[in-house]
Amino acid sequence: MAFTDTKTSTDQDAPAPVEKDRLRKLLAQGERPSPPSAFASARAFAWRSMLKIKHVPEQLGDILIFPIMMLLMFTYLFGGAIAGGTGDYLQFLLPGIMVMSIVMTTMYTGMSVNIDIHKGVSDRFRTLPIWRAAPMVGYLLADVFRYAAAGAVMFGTGLVMGYRPTGGFDGVLLGVGLLLVFCFAFSWLWTWLGLIARSEKTVMSISMSILFPLTFLSNVMVDPATMPGWLQPVVAHTPISQLVDGVRGLFDGNVEASAVITTLIWSAGFTAVFGTLTVRAYNRK
Amino acid sequence: MTRETAIRAEGLVKHFKDIKAVDGVDLEVPAGTVYGVLGPNGAGKTTTVRMLATLLRPDAGRAEVFGRDIVEDAAAVRTQVSLTGQYASLDEDLTGLENLVLLSRLYGFGKPAARSRAGDLLEAFGLAFAAGKQVKAYSGGMRRRLDIAASIIITPKLLFLDEPTTGLDPRSRNQVWEVVRTIVGEGTTVLLTTQYLEEADQLASRIAVIDTGKVIAEGTPGQLKSSVGAGSIKLRLHHTDQREHAKTVLAEALRAEVELDDDPVALTARLLPGQDNAVQGAHALSELAKAGILVDDFSLGQPSLDEVFLALTERVDA
Repeated sequence: MAFTDTKTSTDQDAPAPVEKDRLRKLLAQGERPSPPSAFASARAFAWRSMLKIKHVPEQLGDILIFPIMMLLMFTYLFGGAIAGGTGDYLQFLLPGIMVMSIVMTTMYTGMSVNIDIHKGVSDRFRTLPIWRAAPMVGYLLADVFRYAAAGAVMFGTGLVMGYRPTGGFDGVLLGVGLLLVFCFAFSWLWTWLGLIARSEKTVMSISMSILFPLTFLSNVMVDPATMPGWLQPVVAHTPISQLVDGVRGLFDGNVEASAVITTLIWSAGFTAVFGTLTVRAYNRK
Repeated sequence: MTRETAIRAEGLVKHFKDIKAVDGVDLEVPAGTVYGVLGPNGAGKTTTVRMLATLLRPDAGRAEVFGRDIVEDAAAVRTQVSLTGQYASLDEDLTGLENLVLLSRLYGFGKPAARSRAGDLLEAFGLAFAAGKQVKAYSGGMRRRLDIAASIIITPKLLFLDEPTTGLDPRSRNQVWEVVRTIVGEGTTVLLTTQYLEEADQLASRIAVIDTGKVIAEGTPGQLKSSVGAGSIKLRLHHTDQREHAKTVLAEALRAEVELDDDPVALTARLLPGQDNAVQGAHALSELAKAGILVDDFSLGQPSLDEVFLALTERVDA
């Protein structure tokens, strides 16, 4: 009988009674290790995010499939029209589209912060005697891992499609490194937004309305020289364009030092401003 | 002996937009006891606890936890307290073991120590069998236990339990009570909020009754009960048609007010203060027996906290 079967299985699943003597012993130990360092607590939170990837692997899907789709679509749809051939266009496009798609996936950080903050677990974290920014830094560290994975997958796909970096292995590593530094810094905007927004839907719509103009108004897809005169200086100076110039230079082997430095300055700025706002919002909650 | 004070709160106020969630709460909680904060939904219990646990800043008033100010010295307060919130304060995507290991790491335990502490706690709470399961698959009672286990990774000096048994079945509820008694037995102070009068009665040595953001009464359960009367005798008769007769007999024997309950075989006599309840009870029973009235069920009790609560809230409404 199906009915009796289910009943038996729940009985087996029932917890054992509380063992009061053991509990008493554990309480009496009263061991009090000194609180973890800022780095150790951030690392513990990063471990938590990695465990979440392990338990809910679907979330990695978004971050890996979206960039590949972007790469394939833009190369084969527009390559012919924009550059007269997909091969040349891929050579131009790959660094930029890598920046664009990975920067776009940073918005998931804000959404997961927002989901977390509305759950009881964040109450517990906030009553712990730890560095206040640790949960946020933990998220961002795990995210950097995801971006690195996305970067590797995109780069691999590019190689298969015929992309050849003239900057060599070192150039590619440095380029991806620059991208990760920027994403880590830029994501503080999302952690802040995640903390102050009412729901994850709000986070999503605000992030979209920032990210679309920011990434499309750039040199990712086309050379800004083809744009109207008044738009060119605007496009050339957005943080994304600077980042793309930096990454492209490193991949291609003709490094644009000014673009790399500007990107690092933007990164420091994002971290300082939105990192501070994030910690303040977190303390206020 | 003067006891240490665990919590001293003076005039705590918290508004959300134009709702006064907490409107001037004073509390004094002696260390080493269970202190009950009793009130209906929306009375301001959770908001009060969240302020004391440093999760919310009060709009006015001040409070100290073991002498440390909850605003000025929040970091020091956090080293003394643990909170088990109204909604399980756990990560549902992680397993029970991973939750406890994560929190142990965050308290500063090294990796091996964190694993062994987490394992020991799971054993003690009867959850070892579910160590590798994601918390989202846990039953309500299991979550509560894991939640409390997480709160004592480091034995806190003060533990906040916000409605620890709401929504639990009676068996799980009794287990939580057992855990609370054990924890207090080892010297931790517990501030427990509840909307169940029985729970406060069972566990707390002092109770503050909160309604609409204010403390409307405070004292030991006994004091609160005696504030509304001496107690009562409840009877269930064998025959419905003997009830009127029983009422007359009781009224005469006890010189007390006797009420007929909704249940057609039940009646309640309110005892007069200043006399021994047990003697009065024995007298009532013997008089009923002499009159040939058959009694199925007899109980003698102090007024329930339900009655106290109703009496108090009516007084405020009037």
